[in-house]
Amino acid sequence: MINSHDILETINMIDHENLDVRTITMGISLLDCIDDDINKACGKVYDKICRYAENLVKTGEDISKEYGIPIIHKRIAVTPVAMLAAACPTMNPVKFAKTLDKAADTVGVNFVGGYSALVHKGFAPGDYALIESIPEALSVTEKVCSSVNIGSTKAGINMDAVAMMGKVIRRSAELTADRDCIGAAKLVVFCNAPEDNPFMAGAFHGAGEPDCVINVGVSGPGVVRAALAKAGDCNITEVADIVKKTAFKITRTGQLVAKEASKRLSVPFGIVDLSLAPTPAIGDSVAYILEEMGLEQCGAHGTTACLALLNDAVKKGGVMASSHVGGLSGAFIPVTEDAGMIEAARSKALSLTKLEAMTAVCSVGLDMIAIPGDTTAEIISGIIADEAAIGMVNSKTTAVRLIPAIGKKAGEELNFGGLLGNGPIMDINPKSPAKFISRGGRIPAPMQSLKN
Amino acid sequence: MNAVITVLGKDNVGILAKVASECAEVGVNITEVTQSVLQGMFAMIMFVDISGCTVPFSQLVDALTAKGEEMGVKVHVMHEDIFNAMHKI
Repeated sequence: MINSHDILETINMIDHENLDVRTITMGISLLDCIDDDINKACGKVYDKICRYAENLVKTGEDISKEYGIPIIHKRIAVTPVAMLAAACPTMNPVKFAKTLDKAADTVGVNFVGGYSALVHKGFAPGDYALIESIPEALSVTEKVCSSVNIGSTKAGINMDAVAMMGKVIRRSAELTADRDCIGAAKLVVFCNAPEDNPFMAGAFHGAGEPDCVINVGVSGPGVVRAALAKAGDCNITEVADIVKKTAFKITRTGQLVAKEASKRLSVPFGIVDLSLAPTPAIGDSVAYILEEMGLEQCGAHGTTACLALLNDAVKKGGVMASSHVGGLSGAFIPVTEDAGMIEAARSKALSLTKLEAMTAVCSVGLDMIAIPGDTTAEIISGIIADEAAIGMVNSKTTAVRLIPAIGKKAGEELNFGGLLGNGPIMDINPKSPAKFISRGGRIPAPMQSLKN
Repeated sequence: MNAVITVLGKDNVGILAKVASECAEVGVNITEVTQSVLQGMFAMIMFVDISGCTVPFSQLVDALTAKGEEMGVKVHVMHEDIFNAMHKI
């Protein structure tokens, strides 16, 4: 029999501590939609997505209602579109982006990810054209998300792609300057990108994945913070234990939802992504957890250590709660999507250099950071290279999602609204890495890659 | 199949009766009730068997949530699996 304390605890988590399942993401392979006629290919893409995801949103809503747990997003990840674009080299791949946008509208999901290319070792047919088309694709669509993998522990870092992505990020912001540069907020540059990540904007359906799969991303920073607040003055070992226990409970709800969605949609269950994903809502912040551990404000000395503990404890608690774990799995630190991070960035307690250090111990990387509008493409590439190096050497996923705030300076603000949030434009180091970036070539894979 | 109905809020006359009659109307059998009133705050947890429920579960959720709003209390109707998943290994 379930005891009443447990029942009331669960209800309190949902009602007052923002417990939710962040996303059910359906991964759909588009490999069977490849065609050298782009119109035929787009037709097949649209039909397949609409057929497979027809009941995704409704099923998510039904499960949410029956179990009483909010499921915030229902989303779709598809095969990297560069693989489809490869078959029709003379055509502009933006047509695929428009098709994905239309399909997303039809089935009612709020984002579709996979306007992507994997170029960590070099460019295959389709990759150049797709990457060059990203700024246009993100400006003419609303729901399409894009990602490019430019490095991995096994392959090293493709510096030609790093140089290219600096320009692509700037251009994506410029083309959407009238909408707070939102194009760049839908574009992620990865090192060691996971093939089964359910979270946007970096979700895509990897080539090693089955035809269709259900991946679930959990959340719940508010629940962890509340559990720590209740514990009061305890030592740091106990803090880690509390985080583990809480992460276990959060993840079990994700596992339940994933299994149920998989059963009802007759689609195999892929993974649960054990993540603490913040939202701009007060009380749903990862920064507040770090502050609850005893920091005056996120960004203070000690932040990296607190985050390392949090990230590790979330995984330890979550891993036993789920039969398959994958994706990004860890604490997210997207600045504009986290109320505590926004405050810390505004008060200058949190700097870009501190954030870079933090990304070495958590998932994912420099995420949702607004930078001055006059930041050059080479400096953006330099930031990407640094972040990719951290990922490559530490055999972890790192990512960069920067938003150059066109026409604005450090200290001013961008406001995307909704879950993408808002936040101050952060200072960057203006010294130029242009010569380093212009060299091109590939940073060789590190010793860590030689595990055989 | 079992579900858990919880009612939380300010105590007033007939909360239990109204929830129970709503259940009876749609064939939901109440198997256990625990209830406490602490400083005017009403907390009730009701275990119910929904295998004989004559309407879809989501409709029962809507009906009871609306009934709760009428009475000025918060009603949750949740499948028991969510609690089992979270609190049992």
